[in-house]
Amino acid sequence: MQTKIGLEIHCQLTGAKSKLFCRCNCNYRGKVPNTNTCPICSGLPGTLPLLNKKAVEFAGMISLALGCRVPDEIAFYRKNYFYPDLPKNFQLTQYNAYSITSIGVDGRIEYSDGKSARIRRVQLEEDPGRLVYESGSMETSVYTLIDYSRAGVPLVEIVTEPDFSNPIDVRMFLDKISSIIEHLGVCDTKLEGSVRCDANVSVGVGNRVEIKNVSSFADVEKAIRYEITRQKTMTSRDIEVKSATRHWDDARKVTKESRTKEEEQDYRYFPEPDIPAVVLGSEFVSSAKQSMPELPDDRKERFVSKYGLSVHVAHVLIDNKQLADFFESTIKLYSSPKEIANWIVTDLMSFVDERQKDQEQLLFTGLKIGPEHIADLAKLVDQGVVNRATAKQILAQVVRTGEMPSHVAKKTQSGKIDDADALALAIEAVFVAEHTAVKDTKYNPNAANFLLGKVMQATKGRADPKTALEMIQKKLKEF
Amino acid sequence: MALNTLDTRQVVAGIKNREFSAEEYVSQILERIEKVEPKVNAFVTVNKEAIERSRTIDKRIRDGEEVGPLAGVAVSIKDNICTKGIKTTCASRMLECYIPPYDATVVRWLQEAGAIVIGKANLDEFAMGSTTEFSRNGTTRNPWNINRVPGGSSGGSAASVAALECAVSLGSDTGGSVRCPASFCSVVGMKPTYGLVSRYGLVSYANSLEQVGPIGKTVSDVVSMLNVIAGGDENDHTTASGKPAYTLGESKGQRVGLVKEFIEGADPVVAKVIHKAVDTLAGQGCKCEITSLASVQYSLASYYTIATAEASSNLARYDNIRYGFDMSPEGYEWNSYFAKARSNFGDEVKRRIIIGSYVLSSGYYGKYYLKAQQARALLKCELTALFKKYDVLVGPTMPILPFKVGEKIDDPLKMYLVDIDTVVANLTGMPAISVPAGFAEGLPVGLQIMANEFQEQTMLDLAYSFEQAAKVQRSPEL
Repeated sequence: MQTKIGLEIHCQLTGAKSKLFCRCNCNYRGKVPNTNTCPICSGLPGTLPLLNKKAVEFAGMISLALGCRVPDEIAFYRKNYFYPDLPKNFQLTQYNAYSITSIGVDGRIEYSDGKSARIRRVQLEEDPGRLVYESGSMETSVYTLIDYSRAGVPLVEIVTEPDFSNPIDVRMFLDKISSIIEHLGVCDTKLEGSVRCDANVSVGVGNRVEIKNVSSFADVEKAIRYEITRQKTMTSRDIEVKSATRHWDDARKVTKESRTKEEEQDYRYFPEPDIPAVVLGSEFVSSAKQSMPELPDDRKERFVSKYGLSVHVAHVLIDNKQLADFFESTIKLYSSPKEIANWIVTDLMSFVDERQKDQEQLLFTGLKIGPEHIADLAKLVDQGVVNRATAKQILAQVVRTGEMPSHVAKKTQSGKIDDADALALAIEAVFVAEHTAVKDTKYNPNAANFLLGKVMQATKGRADPKTALEMIQKKLKEF
Repeated sequence: MALNTLDTRQVVAGIKNREFSAEEYVSQILERIEKVEPKVNAFVTVNKEAIERSRTIDKRIRDGEEVGPLAGVAVSIKDNICTKGIKTTCASRMLECYIPPYDATVVRWLQEAGAIVIGKANLDEFAMGSTTEFSRNGTTRNPWNINRVPGGSSGGSAASVAALECAVSLGSDTGGSVRCPASFCSVVGMKPTYGLVSRYGLVSYANSLEQVGPIGKTVSDVVSMLNVIAGGDENDHTTASGKPAYTLGESKGQRVGLVKEFIEGADPVVAKVIHKAVDTLAGQGCKCEITSLASVQYSLASYYTIATAEASSNLARYDNIRYGFDMSPEGYEWNSYFAKARSNFGDEVKRRIIIGSYVLSSGYYGKYYLKAQQARALLKCELTALFKKYDVLVGPTMPILPFKVGEKIDDPLKMYLVDIDTVVANLTGMPAISVPAGFAEGLPVGLQIMANEFQEQTMLDLAYSFEQAAKVQRSPEL
């Protein structure tokens, strides 16, 4: 049975500063409810929408980054429906049924080697207000509070074709989208609710089911996985999968049928008379391309070609803009890109909480680490002050205390044994204990490395491997 | 001479030259309102702050400070135009308690020019109607005959000017709502070119059709108002940039087309007055001839389709959640609360919301809304071509005389038909003005003059020439 998954991703243009149709701040978070409003975004009688040009530019950049065609002219439509979070009881959005009016159409984006998804459209619209359920959930609340502080925040909706067949691909795609909008600087994806995703899932010849209310990308993956299993189970028992909207229940990790709609809602779309069509033209596209920051794919390419990183390491860094930025800040302090990239990707990441990776939160929350620490650490290793094993131990301490690695190295006197006599003594002891291996060196040159390992073990890694190996080889020749 | 009878120029000159104070003038206006309101019912709200405002103007004049071009002039504002701190009800239960926190751009500019908002004028609920009978505040009466309708929907505006309760008024014109009552009340009313005047703060009925328009006793009054309210507004994307200045001058030898369809559809007694008006224009040296505007036949259908479609969406916001009237939400869930609250719209408004929702519904959009837009484009095309041949087009503003209160209220189709001559200007965005042309059976008849987009000066010149020649009586005995 073929599984088809399509996505609708809503992304707030937090970088646009003001709301889509008025001068209110688009940062509503943490404010007293209903204070971040004005006559326009609260839909008072007589007010008219004023289009935020910055938001149009940002939406244009997103469209171009997703390989979409940007039309010469865009327009806004009213989507009419009654809901308490809509101050005007219609939403200003874009609509392509009569002619193309949305900012981007027909895109395609590659999200992993050889895998790509088509983008049906990118459209600019206003976020509704926020409903706050008194008891926390819609089902059990006696009353609902409405906060219009969010109403009118510019939102870009990215709609894909149903090009995905499994949840892992969806996850990779979403990470890619997230990385792109982060790199464009249009959306702070770390803010709660700034990126939201609905998924349409169908299995075989079954009907399409829409899953809403999923708050994180990790949960999108889980919700789709659950939904596929549910639909397959139903089909195997000959139960028809009906076209429906389901909500993701985060607590129970299942999708639940929302109150059923008796009929298809008629949104009575028509063009917004108060906003004349916006003529973009080729100039808009060329200037948007010019002002576009480096995109993830280009950055990855640069990391590989300029810094000599492996494709895998570059990919891990780029997938999370915070990591990539961290890397670039670090190499500015100490230019040893390959070494630093490895420290970040393998060692530093092992301290990051898995859950934080999922939730797109600030990556290094709780870790007292900055680029200066990693730069210092890489320098200690490069200069041979400490060896790699010791450096790892130092890092473990640094992330907890925030001390500089060089300071830690000095304090714990974990510096290498540079006393030749002490090292000679240790080697002597190993030669005695491993006399068979010593004999083997005559036929097997790798045995020297075995001896080195034993020496390192005996010195608890404090010996400088290079010096030790030289001394071992010298000693072997004496035989 | 009573101060309330003065026109705008006389009021401003009198106050600036300190022949009388703004306070004396406003007091006389308020006395007049008190005296005639029981008969006319032109106001929804009288502004309690008006006297205070007049004192401020007087003080500024005493202190030698600059006062604006409308210093002290009493203006009534249609009650669908927002006034900060003064109730703006749209003559609807739905906005019974609504006090806007901001001024409409036109109101702000009028006040900056020194005008004094004397009160909020009655209208058909949400400007939907042609008689001012569909008002929560009761019908406004025609000052010429209080058993007759004053026209609408800006009936309160026109009646307040005709009844000398203010010097000038602001109305709104979506399908003739300024010109119709101006014609019925024998005053001058104008609909500017779409985009000439800001709509910010005008409570939307049909956004793509409407404009705020001035009403005055004379063309001069209208020009004084227009010079203040016209111009680009950063709060309205549909306004044209720039700040025009219009003058009062006579026209010479304009090419005038009398629209056959307009005159043929009119009541013969009305047509007779209009023919006489055209003779007057010819006597003034205008080159007059009869012309045809064939696509006028689609105008009413097109107008009511587009207007109701836009209205159905514009009026969706009145759900009583954020503002409105007193109604407890206890015991309702959202949808039933919406339904209960929205049942408080008047019948005519409900009728238009239902029609509008229908024409926009999926499957009918192409059949009605798109068709209506095509007819609109056709009309504009034909009209633009006509304006290559004529400087202005004329005809009766209203095809009939002011009728009796209650006469058409139960027959919506008959009621819609009276808008036949006025909707053309709204559909095409072109400017039009109604100037008193004379009387038939003792009731006023208005001459409508239309011009090409942004050719207000041409239109006003002809209106002024006609006014000077025709000398039609303006204010009735009350």
